[in-house]
Amino acid sequence: MSESPIPEKTPQPDIMLPDPKKLILSASPHIQCADTVPGIMRTVLICLIPPAAASIYFFGFHAVRILLLTTLFCMAFEWICCKLAGKTSTLGDYSAALTGVLLAMNLPPGVPWWICLIGAFIAIVVAKAIYGGLGQNPFNPAAVARVALLVGFAGPMTAWVTPCQGFFPDAEKAPAAIQVHETERKPDFTTGATPLSLAKMAKTPEEIQALQTPDLLKQCFFGRTQGSLGETSALAVLIGGIALILLKIISWHIPAAMLGTTLIFTWIVSKADPSLTPGPLFHLCSGGMMLAAFFMATDMVTSPTTRRGKLIFGSSIGIIACVIRIWGGYPEGVSFAILIMNALVPLIDRICYKRPFGWHPSSAAAYTMRRGEVK
Amino acid sequence: MSLPPHVARFTGGIHPMDGKGLSNGITARTAPLLEKYLVPLHQNIGAPPKLTVTKGELVKKGQRIAEPGGFVSVPLHAPTSGTVGNLTEVPGVAGNTLQAVEIISDGKDEWGSGLDPIVPWQEADRKVLKQRVADGGIIGMGGAAFPAHVKLSPPPEKTIDTLIVNGAECEPYLTADHRLMLERTEAVLEGAAIAARILDVDRIFIGIEENKPDAIAAMKKAADAYGIQIVPLPVRYPQGAEKQLIFAVTGRAVATGGLPMDVGCVVQNAGTCAAIRDAVVEGHPLIERYTSVTGTPVVHPGTWIFRIGTPVKEALKLAGGVREQPAKLILGGPMMGFAQSSMDVTVTKNTSGILLLTGRETGRYLSSPCIRCGRCVSVCPMRLLPGPISVMVECENYALAEHNFVMDCMECGACTFVCPAKRPLVQHFRRAKAEINAIRRARKKH
Repeated sequence: MSESPIPEKTPQPDIMLPDPKKLILSASPHIQCADTVPGIMRTVLICLIPPAAASIYFFGFHAVRILLLTTLFCMAFEWICCKLAGKTSTLGDYSAALTGVLLAMNLPPGVPWWICLIGAFIAIVVAKAIYGGLGQNPFNPAAVARVALLVGFAGPMTAWVTPCQGFFPDAEKAPAAIQVHETERKPDFTTGATPLSLAKMAKTPEEIQALQTPDLLKQCFFGRTQGSLGETSALAVLIGGIALILLKIISWHIPAAMLGTTLIFTWIVSKADPSLTPGPLFHLCSGGMMLAAFFMATDMVTSPTTRRGKLIFGSSIGIIACVIRIWGGYPEGVSFAILIMNALVPLIDRICYKRPFGWHPSSAAAYTMRRGEVK
Repeated sequence: MSLPPHVARFTGGIHPMDGKGLSNGITARTAPLLEKYLVPLHQNIGAPPKLTVTKGELVKKGQRIAEPGGFVSVPLHAPTSGTVGNLTEVPGVAGNTLQAVEIISDGKDEWGSGLDPIVPWQEADRKVLKQRVADGGIIGMGGAAFPAHVKLSPPPEKTIDTLIVNGAECEPYLTADHRLMLERTEAVLEGAAIAARILDVDRIFIGIEENKPDAIAAMKKAADAYGIQIVPLPVRYPQGAEKQLIFAVTGRAVATGGLPMDVGCVVQNAGTCAAIRDAVVEGHPLIERYTSVTGTPVVHPGTWIFRIGTPVKEALKLAGGVREQPAKLILGGPMMGFAQSSMDVTVTKNTSGILLLTGRETGRYLSSPCIRCGRCVSVCPMRLLPGPISVMVECENYALAEHNFVMDCMECGACTFVCPAKRPLVQHFRRAKAEINAIRRARKKH
């Protein structure tokens, strides 16, 4: 055995071996991507910076006040709900903060603080916590809150502050953006109608045409029109929205389907009857269309999971929103459209059921026959 | 004759950090002889082999030490010459305990397999060749551990026209097949040609992911002599999954619940092909294999040729040990491998890698509720609905889960990899599959 090819056992004290007691046992896969739910929510919040900054630029102190109030109220309600339910606080997933900012984006700049409170209550408690919290809500919390406030508090919810009145608005310096209603007492701010309500009131082709001047369209696109915080500048929302798509937080399907159908639908209607409604550019840039397309309708929890489902969902929202805008009782119908389609998401998911790899009619028949066998 | 291959793109899939750079440039080394090997008896899918040697018996290297326990079973062979020791137990890869036989080396390492080389194999009878594959103790070396001769014995009603050799090695970190294809190119090709002769097919494809350009080049250079076509595949996990590989190479989709033979294909791993060649041309049964020892904590990552029955502890010593305490010791790849809590597990016929991961790499997250982001749905290579199915399983609604094709899940782990809520999706599906199988078995008994 002296010629053994077995190497002599040389002491190798420097070799460190793993301590088996410290090894973690778990099922595969053993690696996961770095994305987390708080990470996604945080990214959406960051992408909301351009529209939020635009709202502060155009509405000054009002925007700051509403952004802070709704965010704080939403987070407070989230915390209270978690306490009441005996759960650990879910503030850390940023979803409440995101709902708060989105709610602010959906409020007119002139609303009093208690509207923010009620809105936050509806969004967090009624629309989310009651259903079981993040991931369980069938309806978009911010859209529910906006619609509830719009129906319940029509007065404060149409306090459309005229933009660009300085950081602490002073009525005397206010430029007349579109149409300024003089109030009787010395006002905190001046208000005016949104482009959409003007479109609603317009009766003649000339009035409609007046809404389509390049000047006004430019204002709608860059800002300076009356509207909710997130509605005034389509450009800012577009920047944030494209960032969301580039960061792969949302896919392009819902925004593209929504804006695409809006474009085609309003183009057809405005061509067919020019006295009915302005053209597609007006509809795309005014109101909450951009905000809804990129930030509201794309809410993962309340939108379909398959690509085909997203296309159906987005285009349906576009059509419903335009129908409400053109023929409905409200000047703006995007939030209503989102809620209607939210309710149909389970159905859409069912219709857009993906056929598994290797699906074949015979395999489907086999599975249908077997259905209910395993109890 | 054979049509040129076209690469079809399967839907879904992921791009995890591949980590192959740690070991893919290092030539495989033969592990030095150990004093003692612990050969687990039941390494294959199917019946466990029956031990035929007793304690104290002298064996030669490659000598049969266990008989197959049935048709779906394989014999075992001594990894070196020496004495049969005790029948002991070693921890199995999946957390079970396996019976293992000790082979105490006499240091001479003398061959004595009793298998004569079949040369030239081109003229040998198919049955003889197939019997040799069975006698060689060859099982699927990519990880499935399914006896190779069973795969090469399709029922007569199925016509097989294509043999696909799986050289994709889509699991991150692992480089064993890469090194094997580079260093034993001829052996892989010849083994594939032998398998094709057994199956009586002339369409042979070798699918290799494009992240192994050197292996593709080497294979392409030598493949023409064997009439084999090399198919470079896009890098996407799980490109090496059987059904996805068949789809990529032939454009044929195996029906849900079906087998590759339903679409006329047989898939063998590259390592299996080399083993088939060794058994036929050299008369050497499967007693050693290429295995990567890798991971960032490993001091000298690389690929080694280990004898079957080498304890993982010895393998790690060869690689210089670790720099820091790893969080996980995994046999296989990070996506589908098995975490271990003991270093006494042994290298078996299907151990493609010994992988160590740090806590940072594995990450341990708390799972949170599904936010319906749909990422799992878009990456599932079987086009299932992982998120919704996982909820069905949580509600123990196995009927609904089965109706949603949970049995088609191949447990590749892509959904769990991308889930931002860190939900244990694959784990739910494993449970559902086990429960549904139990229900089906129980129903059969009635």
